[in-house]
Amino acid sequence: MIYVTRRAEFSASHYYHNRDFTPEENQRIFGKCSNPLGHGHNYTVEATVGGAIDPTTGMVMDLKELKMLLEQEVIQRMDHKFLNKEVPAFAGKNPTTENLAVEIWNLLAPKLQHGKLHRIRVYETADLFVDYYGE
Amino acid sequence: MVHLTRRYRFSAGHRLHNDALSAEENRRVYGKCNNPHGHGHNYLLEVTVSGPIDPATGMVFDLGALDGVVSEIVLEKLDHMNLNLDVEAFRTEVPTTENLCREIYNRLRAPIEKANSPGRVQLDRVRLEETSLNSFEYVGEPAAGGRE
Repeated sequence: MIYVTRRAEFSASHYYHNRDFTPEENQRIFGKCSNPLGHGHNYTVEATVGGAIDPTTGMVMDLKELKMLLEQEVIQRMDHKFLNKEVPAFAGKNPTTENLAVEIWNLLAPKLQHGKLHRIRVYETADLFVDYYGE
Repeated sequence: MVHLTRRYRFSAGHRLHNDALSAEENRRVYGKCNNPHGHGHNYLLEVTVSGPIDPATGMVFDLGALDGVVSEIVLEKLDHMNLNLDVEAFRTEVPTTENLCREIYNRLRAPIEKANSPGRVQLDRVRLEETSLNSFEYVGEPAAGGRE
């Protein structure tokens, strides 16, 4: 088993809010992330696929497939979007980096034709990232 | 279960030296790190915690609480310190980055696992870069093996 990783970048805005919380609770729990006008990040996504090396090509998978999947499922859906308002998955769920990692896994895993999705890593900043392994 | 990693930085001085070894052996084993005057590094610390996503917040761990614990327990105790002289654990143990990584893990584990909702979040891993060219990771010991 060998793992290949492809990176993609997108920029998006978001804010954190729970309608069941009072304004004071939202402010206390989410701090400056609760500004309803939103703020943004440059996100980096790493999709890691595991598989065997195909002896005829020397490759685990055609990396173009992974690049296209990231483009179609993540970049087109999320790049330069307001995640809370424009990505249906986050209509009732905070677009935290944790939830983004799970959502991106759910978008990519069923569409991958070759290899098996091993890990999704989402960087919100260079100093903060989340890993999700599908369970 | 998601794994969340946060990076921190601190700078500290140290000297690699073991009193049980002769001067020649210390020089041979630790090379220029054995310089009696010491030297320092800008350390990059990665702390990884894991747990389920809290459906009410969308978060695995309150980042403010994580920053608070790491700041109080690690950064304030180690930043701009002489590890050999200012840190109790390294009066007897050589402050290699291996030992420092394990020391930080052991200091953080209980406070992190007690913060937020007890039992919900685990400390997965501490990774410490001494320079951009070498790094060390500690994930704890299996329960049966006995933790320090």
